Amino acid sequence: MPSARLIAPALALGLAASLAACGSQTSSTVDGAGPDDSGDTLVIYSGRNENLVAPVLDRLEEAVGMPVEVRYASSSELAAQLLEEGDATEADLFFSQDAGALGALAKAEMLATLDEDVTALVPEDYRDGEGRWVATSGRVRVLAFDPAQVPQIEEITGIDQILEPEFVGTIGYAPSNASFHAFVTALRVERGEDEARAWLEDFSAQQPQAFEGNNAVLDAVDGGQVAVGLINHYYWFQKVAELGEDSVQARIHYLSSDDPGALVNVAGAGVLAGTDNSRAANEAIRFLLSTEIQQYFADETAEYPVVDGVRSTVFDLEPLAELGTDQIDLNELDSLDATLALLDEVGLT
Amino acid sequence: MTTSRTRRSSERPPVALVVPAVVAAAVALLPLVYLAVRATEGGLGAALEVLLRERTARLVLRSLGLAAAVTAACLVVGVGLAWLTTRTDLPGRRTFGVLAALPLAMPSYVAAYAWISAVPGIAGFWGTFLVLTACTYPYVYLPVVAALRRADPSLEEVSRSLGRGAGATFRSVTLPQLRPAAAAGALLVSLYVLSDFGAPSLLRYDVLTRVIHASYRSSFDRTPAAVLSIVLVVLTVAITVGESRSRGRASQARIGSGVARRPPTVALGAMAPLAVAACVGVAGVALAFPVATLGYWLARGSSAALDLGRLVEAARSTVGVSLLGALVTTALAVPVGILAARYRGRSTRLLEHATYAGHALPGVVVALSLVFLGVRFARPIYQEVPLLVLGYAVLFLPAAVGAVRASVAQSPRRLEEVSRSLGLGPSAVLRRVTLPLAGPGIATGAALVLLTAMKELPATLLLRPTGMDTLATRLWTETGSGAYAAAAPYAAALVLLAAVPTFLLTRTHRVAAAADAPVLTETTEGAGR
Repeated sequence: MPSARLIAPALALGLAASLAACGSQTSSTVDGAGPDDSGDTLVIYSGRNENLVAPVLDRLEEAVGMPVEVRYASSSELAAQLLEEGDATEADLFFSQDAGALGALAKAEMLATLDEDVTALVPEDYRDGEGRWVATSGRVRVLAFDPAQVPQIEEITGIDQILEPEFVGTIGYAPSNASFHAFVTALRVERGEDEARAWLEDFSAQQPQAFEGNNAVLDAVDGGQVAVGLINHYYWFQKVAELGEDSVQARIHYLSSDDPGALVNVAGAGVLAGTDNSRAANEAIRFLLSTEIQQYFADETAEYPVVDGVRSTVFDLEPLAELGTDQIDLNELDSLDATLALLDEVGLT
Repeated sequence: MTTSRTRRSSERPPVALVVPAVVAAAVALLPLVYLAVRATEGGLGAALEVLLRERTARLVLRSLGLAAAVTAACLVVGVGLAWLTTRTDLPGRRTFGVLAALPLAMPSYVAAYAWISAVPGIAGFWGTFLVLTACTYPYVYLPVVAALRRADPSLEEVSRSLGRGAGATFRSVTLPQLRPAAAAGALLVSLYVLSDFGAPSLLRYDVLTRVIHASYRSSFDRTPAAVLSIVLVVLTVAITVGESRSRGRASQARIGSGVARRPPTVALGAMAPLAVAACVGVAGVALAFPVATLGYWLARGSSAALDLGRLVEAARSTVGVSLLGALVTTALAVPVGILAARYRGRSTRLLEHATYAGHALPGVVVALSLVFLGVRFARPIYQEVPLLVLGYAVLFLPAAVGAVRASVAQSPRRLEEVSRSLGLGPSAVLRRVTLPLAGPGIATGAALVLLTAMKELPATLLLRPTGMDTLATRLWTETGSGAYAAAAPYAAALVLLAAVPTFLLTRTHRVAAAADAPVLTETTEGAGR
């Protein structure tokens, strides 16, 4: 019988050897990879969906004057990947679907301060206070509703009104969705922990129906299974674009701009602190904020442009300035931990 | 012979097996290095705080409960279908035999999506249970079919001739012969359930993996995720040890005394319609429903403008990296599988269990661990195909190890002993006797890894070379932008491609069972002289 004494150390040795082998490989590349590796390609990690932003990023090479390489995955996973890579990352630019992932990287001191003329393009509400990231487009929380079930929709101006008895069992929401979490965070920030908890408990007592994502909520509203749904505005515009407005029963309703239910969240971008392409990376963000690209977001993805003077020519989008008058500091959206704990406590997971 | 205990080998295992097996175990343990670093960086106190949260205990219980329920259901469905399609006069049993294996080609996140979008009320425990059972029972079904085909019917005949009824014979003679195969399949099922994120997340059943993901997503504080991942590793080790205990010491090989014959066919009689209904029901839930949903997506939307070149390119990458993954994983698995079957002892068990350690980790954790190690120690292959292939090896090694071990264990050790006594050295025996006998098992393991790697998403997303798309990543992109009609062709292509190795799996088992008998007789006769 082979002795356990023999194999256990062999195992440890094998592990050590494979690590050592890897280690020696690295040291040889650090010499070889040096300056020419970075500096000649702009590497972008994009948490935004390839279908939505590839047409934009494809034109980036021209704008920044160097080859561009884009890696796509979800924002949170890319943020985790960037945190694991640390200083060794080859990424120059992080293009995120939400402010939370950018906030986390900023907190870990992985983002550089952007050029001032870049940050100046974006209203204060939609950028980091220390200039480490800017929003590139916005989205608004809205109520999707079934006109047949909620003819009085115009009377509803805030989230407190969906706590009325008539909405018991008829609200759809997506408890595991990041944008729902952002809404709850906004609720906590605006009203304080106690009132937020009270609202969530009342909401839970309404027996809302949980769905897998915003699209599923919208489908349920459209099919009449629920009367109202808490979603982001652009899901409705996309559905209408895919199916035609006549085949979509659901409509959307904007809440009053000072209501936490009307939160404006953003997609945004930041430059990695260790970049060797600082100029090109800032240039890329400037490009994302150009009238041309802002128009693209407004017309193609039905998102809100964040720079002044751009309005969608395709979708009926109110200018952002008229919607988000009472915006919370988006950096506070990174207190997601407390939000998840609260949701867990009131049983909305 | 079947009841005789296998002697523990008094021989040292050949170095030619031990060294590669140690390498395989080391590869499988890579994520643990990363997890240890991350779990302890906030201090032991922080780690303990996560560990002792009431929520952690609740999630462990939920994960275990789900795994136990799904595994039990898979055993019932898998063994039941295997018996119906191999031993009875079930009408259309050949077709059902293939259909029953095909759900393995269906990614659980696609099935989960199909169900939740059609039946929103299914969310929660029962939906998750249903989807995971439907997607994983073939892990039990396939090895049990193989075992049923190989099992010696003469034992059953003896039992019947001694007066036991059909039911009692099945319980006391057939089932024990199936136990190792069923247990190995059940192990894969339970570890799959523990590690899956897609289905529980879509179906909103809070289990450990969901919280691990949430922890990456929310605080970006990686300590909780690492601590909970280590909990998963501990659970995995416990389950693996439990399975290897349940495997028992009974020898699984048939030898010498007779040739495997076709077992007698059980006439279902009046039960036939019921049996057909059961087979149709399983195929409907596990296969027809998700496939129909894909068709519905395709028919409904207008985003269906298909870029055929892109689809072909993604399919080619999928096949390419999955084939490489299957090759490397199988190569690593063969020595471990042979050691585990032939040289049983504490140290070989340790090696075998080591290859399972990371199997219940969610793909994202394995991916991040390889990001962490790759960027520091293997820069040249970071975000290149080799690291992705290594990721597949870490994730899927146990599936191959299990298949190799089972098939070596089922081939008679005596053949090797005889070859030794006739003057062959240990490595020649390995090459000329053990490996050929293990052939079907090796092929099975490779096919299993191939089809699982095709469906893999989270690790592929993070480890793939920049710009490379597999069918799974394209599917993720299309559904992520709400373009379900555009997603459908990718999902369909993925299911079709994965169906090829799945179909081969049903064939290898048949061929293995058929080829088995003559080889055995011939060699045994030779040995007798």
